[in-house]
Amino acid sequence: MDLSLSTRTEGDRTIVEVGGEIDVYTAPRLREQLVDLVADGKYHLVVDMERVDFLDSTGLGVLVGGLKRVRAHDGSLRLVCTQERILKIFRITGLTKVFPIHSSVEEAVGATE
Amino acid sequence: MATVELRFSALPAHVRTARLVAAAVARRSGVDEGVLDEVRLAVGEACSRAVHLHRRHCPDRPVLVTLVDDEDAFRVAVTDEAPAEPGGGEGFGALTDVADLVDAEAVPPGVGLAVIAGLVDDVVVEQGRDSGLVVRMTWPTG
Repeated sequence: MDLSLSTRTEGDRTIVEVGGEIDVYTAPRLREQLVDLVADGKYHLVVDMERVDFLDSTGLGVLVGGLKRVRAHDGSLRLVCTQERILKIFRITGLTKVFPIHSSVEEAVGATE
Repeated sequence: MATVELRFSALPAHVRTARLVAAAVARRSGVDEGVLDEVRLAVGEACSRAVHLHRRHCPDRPVLVTLVDDEDAFRVAVTDEAPAEPGGGEGFGALTDVADLVDAEAVPPGVGLAVIAGLVDDVVVEQGRDSGLVVRMTWPTG
């Protein structure tokens, strides 16, 4: 399955809904999306990964790159993920300490630092 | 002889092909259904790493994946031909500090190996015959 991307705004948060596979082939499109949002002045991002079927280290790298960009503007990047197989990759790489991971978009949107 | 052998040009799009083939052969070999995700991810990581290095050093050379259905195990070997990167620091210990990753614009190849090491119980990384590395991963079959 290919990568699907859609964005919407809730208050000062921008929700990026990602579906399909984030790998070495599709990750550049996600990177481009995140770069565009930051260039557009969207510094508080919520990446909804509930419909992601596959994530590899290239995808992790893009998310980390996104985090770097929003942090440069005192922004935030929160993830929404409850899928065990995806969460496992964040745990293996220690990235659960880097990203706030929420169990719903509502929870992520309502979260403050 | 390998049950299935796959040789592909070092293009990101073909990493997905390798993942699909590996998962299909693993299923046929009797790898537990719950472990197939792990096979898919680990083979994908090993192939992404190889593609990344080939594109940098030897874009015309193919990446080799061998999939073997043994009596009681499913064995995968991903072989690249890229020369060792000077001071590459690649290895299972590469991801010692998450801050390193945050500072890097792209994920270094070592992170892929770190993910494989975290996922797969039986993994060995060897020097290839001429250059490059062979990542060998084994899963038990039922």
